[in-house]
Amino acid sequence: MRYLPLTPDDRRAMLATIGAASIDDLFVDVPEHARLSGPIDGLPNHASELAVERHMAALARQNVAAGDVPFFLGAGAYRHHVPASVDHLIQRGEFLTAYTPYQPEIAQGTLQMLFEFQTQVARLLGTDVANASMYDGSTACWEAIVMARRITRRGKAILSSGLHPHYVSVARTMATFTGDAIEATAPCLDAGPDTASLIDRIDDDTSCVVVQYPDILGRIGDLSDLAAACHAKKALLIAVVTEPVALGALKSPGEMDADIVVGEGQSIGVGLQFGGPYVGLFGCKQKYVRQMPGRLCGETVDADGKRGFVLTLSTREQHIRREKATSNICTNSGLCALAFSIHMTLLGEAGLRDLAAINHAGAVAAAERLARVPGVTLVNDAFFNEFTLELSKEARPVVRALADRGVLAGVSLGRLYPNEESLANGLVVAVTETTTAEDVETFATELEEVLA
Amino acid sequence: MSINQSGWRPEAPQTGNADAPTFTGNRALMLEEPLIFEIGSTETTGVDFDDSGAPAQGHKLGNLVRTAPIGLPGLSEPEAVRHYTRLSRQNYAIDLGLFPLGSCTMKHNPRLNEKVARLPGFADIHPLAPVDTVQGALGVINELAFWLIGLTGMYGVAMSPKAGAHGELCGILCIKAALEKRGEGHRKVVLVPESAHGTNPATAAFAGFTVEDIPATAEGRVDLAALKARLGQDVAAVMITNPNTCGLFERDMKAISDAVHAVGGYVYCDGANFNAIVGRVRPGDLGVDAMHINLHKTFSTPHGGGGPGSGPVVLSEALAPFGPLPFTARYEDGHIRLIEEETAGEDHPDSFGRMTAFHGQMGMFTRALAYILSHGADGLKQVAEDAVLNANYMLRSLDDVLDAPFGPSGPCMHEALFSDEGFAEGFTTLDVAKALIDEGYHPMTMYFPLVVHGAMLVEPTETESKAALDQFIGALRSVAARAKTGDESLKTAPHFAPRRRLDETLAARKPVLVWSDPALAQAAE
Repeated sequence: MRYLPLTPDDRRAMLATIGAASIDDLFVDVPEHARLSGPIDGLPNHASELAVERHMAALARQNVAAGDVPFFLGAGAYRHHVPASVDHLIQRGEFLTAYTPYQPEIAQGTLQMLFEFQTQVARLLGTDVANASMYDGSTACWEAIVMARRITRRGKAILSSGLHPHYVSVARTMATFTGDAIEATAPCLDAGPDTASLIDRIDDDTSCVVVQYPDILGRIGDLSDLAAACHAKKALLIAVVTEPVALGALKSPGEMDADIVVGEGQSIGVGLQFGGPYVGLFGCKQKYVRQMPGRLCGETVDADGKRGFVLTLSTREQHIRREKATSNICTNSGLCALAFSIHMTLLGEAGLRDLAAINHAGAVAAAERLARVPGVTLVNDAFFNEFTLELSKEARPVVRALADRGVLAGVSLGRLYPNEESLANGLVVAVTETTTAEDVETFATELEEVLA
Repeated sequence: MSINQSGWRPEAPQTGNADAPTFTGNRALMLEEPLIFEIGSTETTGVDFDDSGAPAQGHKLGNLVRTAPIGLPGLSEPEAVRHYTRLSRQNYAIDLGLFPLGSCTMKHNPRLNEKVARLPGFADIHPLAPVDTVQGALGVINELAFWLIGLTGMYGVAMSPKAGAHGELCGILCIKAALEKRGEGHRKVVLVPESAHGTNPATAAFAGFTVEDIPATAEGRVDLAALKARLGQDVAAVMITNPNTCGLFERDMKAISDAVHAVGGYVYCDGANFNAIVGRVRPGDLGVDAMHINLHKTFSTPHGGGGPGSGPVVLSEALAPFGPLPFTARYEDGHIRLIEEETAGEDHPDSFGRMTAFHGQMGMFTRALAYILSHGADGLKQVAEDAVLNANYMLRSLDDVLDAPFGPSGPCMHEALFSDEGFAEGFTTLDVAKALIDEGYHPMTMYFPLVVHGAMLVEPTETESKAALDQFIGALRSVAARAKTGDESLKTAPHFAPRRRLDETLAARKPVLVWSDPALAQAAE
């Protein structure tokens, strides 16, 4: 077995050193009834690299890769071009096969990277500080709701109807167990977000308002008034960003005075991967730093006075505080944070702004073209790289029919909101730098035929 | 005369002052590297874009166009490659050597698994793509789920949890949902041994339970009699790690499960140490109701400097109906269906809901499946046997120089536990750990489990050769001897790492979590 270095001679010699007659002597504490008598049902014996690769490749071939067809899916996961050097660098064994940096003297590579990541994320989100990553955007979102409860000592969270429905589901799941009240409704196909309605609903029991920016339909609204309304009632504003590239073109939520800004970092550096692993971004105002969940990397000096980095404020965390921790999170998303950070460093501010501009211009052109298809109406006033179309027919079968024609056409609102008939004709379409003008033309042509 | 296997001349003559500072601060291959904020510029980019074919139309950003600078420095590709390559060299990693971090199972990460995870059919598919276009991905989830169920002898598995602690939460939420369904939501106590991972009590507390300790026996196992005495109608569950964090198999596991079930509670097993028993023991045969499996431990998906992990949770028949969405189901015709909110109502009405936006850590599933198929039934059993053999070899090669508190009671499982008993006055486990860094090793887990004074938990894993073990044993024997005789140089170790001991108190007292431009700070003063 290629992964196991011990030879039969080694095993014999080691058993002799231990003073055991056989390997079974080492499992003597496992009672007879607990010992498995035979092999695992149906599992074949070890296989060659070639055989495993063949098996996995056969499974991979049963999927339609996004790069092989005109592709327009978004709704919380976006297809962007990731420079080749990103994947090369994250596969360096010193990053890939390192552990959480518990021994800082021999983990400065990971720690410095995390410090750089935290700074990049804080600047992008417009927050004072950011942590070293969460699992993904959806779990970062509910951790933010839990954090708002700790800070305000109130238990009602008001979720915008524009928040990703799966994020709402995660928050609802957790609230069932923590006892928080979650107010959430499905969106309407209006041109703008539900800011006014949110402002009306904030009261003295409200711990936080959670708003997605841009929202699930791709709409964007100013958060400043909402932040002021939250603060007037001593509630927190949590902003959720599922497409961080947007912040290369748009004002950051922090600039508009959001208290906690969380996000899905997948767009930068991390591929689609059928939903994971991704990387949760988590930033907040300085005054709330000791209530944050997750790992934090901080600057310090070593015994010689040289600058170095360590994991810090660990007294918030489970391995120190156990049942009094701010979160149970341990392993987070270090390698995806590295991929995010490298991609962001390659882009730099100039590159990020260019990337955002290309995404937006492509989306504007695509929206204009698709809206010319008979039976298609553009819902949004404003959008970044994703917008919602209202079709003359139910969108789910249209998506199905377009997939058969070789176009992955976007995410139907029927898939996201199966019980909302008023949304059944909605289709959320994302356009990135990977989308070509030919892709858009193919989509428009095929859509016209399917709707006819 | 012994052969010098290192290749170095044993007593190379030294001339010149080895401690003299260099102009750069570098020490040959040990290279200092500034922060990107100190070397990059917001005008620089390492990415070229095509001239956009899109006509320059007016924007649709409303009044939200970003005007303020962001402050994100860029580097050209060669600069970026050099920056991150230099940073990588300041890390210890399994690829460099033995990484005996107890309870973390730092084993070799096969590169085949990296390769298959990057096949476009897995890496470049969207989580909301039409189900018919991702049958192979659902096939991976379904196949991995099948083997995880088979390896653990359980009834079902929840695949979506993102890491071990997320899996613990999944299991505890299943238990809470099951209790509420039974109308026994009043059960508020979760019993956790003091030796447990910190995530166990943190998880139970998050879900609204009160955490109480389970007493241990002198030989490091759960005290069955004391546990039985504590069990009652207020107990929702016990959380037990098996093999436990002292490196011992809980012999009474089945009796514990039976006793907990008899009073109406559930048994959660922390599966962090599954590597010791994979292919030899099935937790389902021991009465376990829920157990998370760290794919990043037993099934070798890379730790990546702190994640991503992946924590599928195997469930008993009693708890499986409460597991989270989404999950896969295979029809008899081979077609795989995705069960989401919409379809759950029919077949899965008791699901407690969604724990994460999408399907879990698909990138880890492909790697773990490749790992399982590579090893097969015989290889996985050999994994457990070699892991346990290596740990016992470590234990018996060191227990004359280090105190092994549970050593006399018999063999250990996959990790060997030592204490700081016998060190000279003022010498600690931390000193030993830092001296091991100078010897070229990542230290073992320190000060955990909490039940042993100055604990050192050594987990070599099965992917170490005998020669690698022997060299580590030699190094640890040498360091232990120095700790016992009180060698002062231990107190200042490490001496040869990229950094000396770092001031963690300073870091926590005045947290600096993001970089700020010293020039701007100075101007503001």
